[in-house]
Amino acid sequence: MSSYWFGWRKAKVISGGDFQKLHSRLPYYGYMSALWSGLPALMILLLWLSFETTIVSSLVMSDLPPAYEGYSEQQKGLLLNDIKNLSEGRQTSGKKPELKILSDRYTQLKAIANMANIAVVLAIAIIGGVFASQKIKVETRARNNVEKIVKGLLIASSTIAIFTTIGIVLSVLFEAVRFFEKIPVVDFLFGLEWSPQTAIREDQVGSSGAFGIVPVLTGTLLISFIAMMVAVPIGLMSAIYLSEYAPKTFRSIAKPLLEVLAGVPTVVYGFFAALVVAPMIRDAGVTLGLDVSAESALAAGLVMGIMIIPFVSSLSDDVINAVPQAMRDGAYALGATRSETVRQVILPAALPGIVGGVLLAVSRAIGETMIVVMAAGLSANLTANPLEAVTTVTVQIVTLLVGDQEFDSAKTLAAFALGLTLFVVTLALNVLALYIVRKYREQYE
Amino acid sequence: MSTKDKATVGEDQHGIESEDTETVGKPLLAAEKSRMTCRNVFVYYGEKMAIDNISLDIGKNEVLSMIGPSGCGKSTFLRCLNRMNDTIDICRVDGDIKLDNQDIYDQKLDVVPLRARVGMVFQKPNPFPKSIYDNIAYGPRIHGMVDSKTDTDEVVETSLKRAGLWEEVKDRLDAPGTGLSGGQQQRLCIARAIAVNPEVILMDEPCSALDPIATAKIEELIDELREEFTIAIVTHSMQQAARVSQRTAYFHMGKLIEVGKTNKIFTMPSHQLTEDYITGRFG
Ligand SMILES: Nc1ncnc2c1ncn2[C@@H]1O[C@H](COP(=O)(O)OP(=O)(O)O)[C@@H](O)[C@H]1O
Ligand SMILES: [Mg+2]
Repeated sequence: MSSYWFGWRKAKVISGGDFQKLHSRLPYYGYMSALWSGLPALMILLLWLSFETTIVSSLVMSDLPPAYEGYSEQQKGLLLNDIKNLSEGRQTSGKKPELKILSDRYTQLKAIANMANIAVVLAIAIIGGVFASQKIKVETRARNNVEKIVKGLLIASSTIAIFTTIGIVLSVLFEAVRFFEKIPVVDFLFGLEWSPQTAIREDQVGSSGAFGIVPVLTGTLLISFIAMMVAVPIGLMSAIYLSEYAPKTFRSIAKPLLEVLAGVPTVVYGFFAALVVAPMIRDAGVTLGLDVSAESALAAGLVMGIMIIPFVSSLSDDVINAVPQAMRDGAYALGATRSETVRQVILPAALPGIVGGVLLAVSRAIGETMIVVMAAGLSANLTANPLEAVTTVTVQIVTLLVGDQEFDSAKTLAAFALGLTLFVVTLALNVLALYIVRKYREQYE
Repeated sequence: MSTKDKATVGEDQHGIESEDTETVGKPLLAAEKSRMTCRNVFVYYGEKMAIDNISLDIGKNEVLSMIGPSGCGKSTFLRCLNRMNDTIDICRVDGDIKLDNQDIYDQKLDVVPLRARVGMVFQKPNPFPKSIYDNIAYGPRIHGMVDSKTDTDEVVETSLKRAGLWEEVKDRLDAPGTGLSGGQQQRLCIARAIAVNPEVILMDEPCSALDPIATAKIEELIDELREEFTIAIVTHSMQQAARVSQRTAYFHMGKLIEVGKTNKIFTMPSHQLTEDYITGRFG
């Protein structure tokens, strides 16, 4: 902050009041020196904070009293935890006097480290500031300097986002590979049975379940299919009505209302499906003499369909609106009626965009968890009958990971394999959708 | 026929500013010569008047060009002639417009066949995102003019030939119409309009998005089409009006200022406003 003013003052002084002589405008000199003193200091601060604890801990542990000599790594870890807890004034398990000493030492080291930290950061800030103000001369290209640094910052931020994504993908990938070491890929992809048995102890009988993804994937596809059967016609037709027929005032009210549907938390949809829709379907089934299970793919699919209506309608509406007015005029001028124009000119013109929107909605449906957990059940039936309970990839991931688990059992690792499958499927859908949408945009350039 | 009398009187008093609600020249034609007749037409967009009492005839087999500064209502007037203004909610049309002595704003009249009789070509070429073939076949199909594939083939071929596009596209009728060049697209749109065999073709600045060579082709085409159709064309280029039209109408702020034989309008305009416009004092 203050170095901003230093830079500013310096620039003002050296220009001798004649700002025209300066290469850049005054504030840029301020920004430049502020950045110079702020950025390196900030980086040091971050580095320091991330290593401080480790260094201090290892210092403490390096002069452990001889009593602890024989401790294994794990025990040492526990000990360190105790020390930390004690120094923060929290209760620890079993108070030993040596621990007290150690924790005092820990606290002390921490305090020193903090002081050193502040000193170093300040020093670097000042050095940076001084360095920058040394650099400020009449011909200094402060503007270009600042622009470069800002650009660097922006690049850094976007890199963080990208690396996080890559990191997630890689970790899922590695765990999945570990899973495939236990269960062959072919069994996983083509197995017709899914029953990951609970294996608390490794020597337990039947600890290796069946990990065939087919029934689970079928469940996902069945539910998504039902959802699309609901969402596509309703969404598309409401989009057509809103964009081609509805008066402006109605449209301005109805569109946001429809989009509210997308804002309802999925848990709410979930219990709506489980408590309202599923019983309704069962009652209807009973009157028709059909055998409907309490949890059915139909209930989950219907409600999920309602949930993704706004995706379809909103995207289609945008796409239909993007069809140039000239296209409509052309059709009307040939004597086409409104519905002919919609069916034969506007929809074909908007079709690629609509398909793209629908694919995005599908990938959303496939990834949806809450509704299915609550309404579709957990049993992995391989069936195409929407009245039976089915399960989906997302639901299985949840059930595999809920509760206490051993982290390298096939069961837990299966979750990563499922996650990877899901990721690949939705990614493929998204890429396809974006490709189609882009193609469509080009058409009207 | 009081309107006609007044209008003819107007010609004798040419250049008299106080009479500027009256059209100078000869807006009206003898009944047997005219295809469309417009009497006392007013158009409003909401409260705003866009066309103020225009009476004008369009003759058989003639090209009538409409010129005037931007926003003077040329497009609005043109769109009255095939009731395209119906598609604009706030637009209201008053007055009497007849095609072959039939009131086109008659409650009982269906706009669908009307638009087959009065075709339209727009400023920006707007082929449908379909194949060249389907672009042409679209109109005849919705009007039930063709039953069989051979019928359709024939209509497509003759329309493209009449629009002077056949030679260029006959090998790629299945290619999308949007892939043609601007000038070709515009001729495709003309072909699309003539495929339904209209009596009148309305063109709203059909060449303003085209290069000079494409423009020349379209102008040539307009001249040929005159033998079969009646054409009303809005244009910003006075040279174009002079080249293609027999009569020219000059619009100014929603009013029809002067109508006359094209060469007379451009060489000896009677009204001060017309003269100002064509000598480039505004516009
Ligand atoms: N859809 C519309 N809504 C409201 N006003 C319009 C509309 N179209 C045209 N106008 C108005 O009508 C007047 C005439 O416009 P237009 O017929 O397009 O003129 P021109 O084609 O001669 O340039 C202009 O003042 C314009 O603002
Ligand atoms: Mg116009």
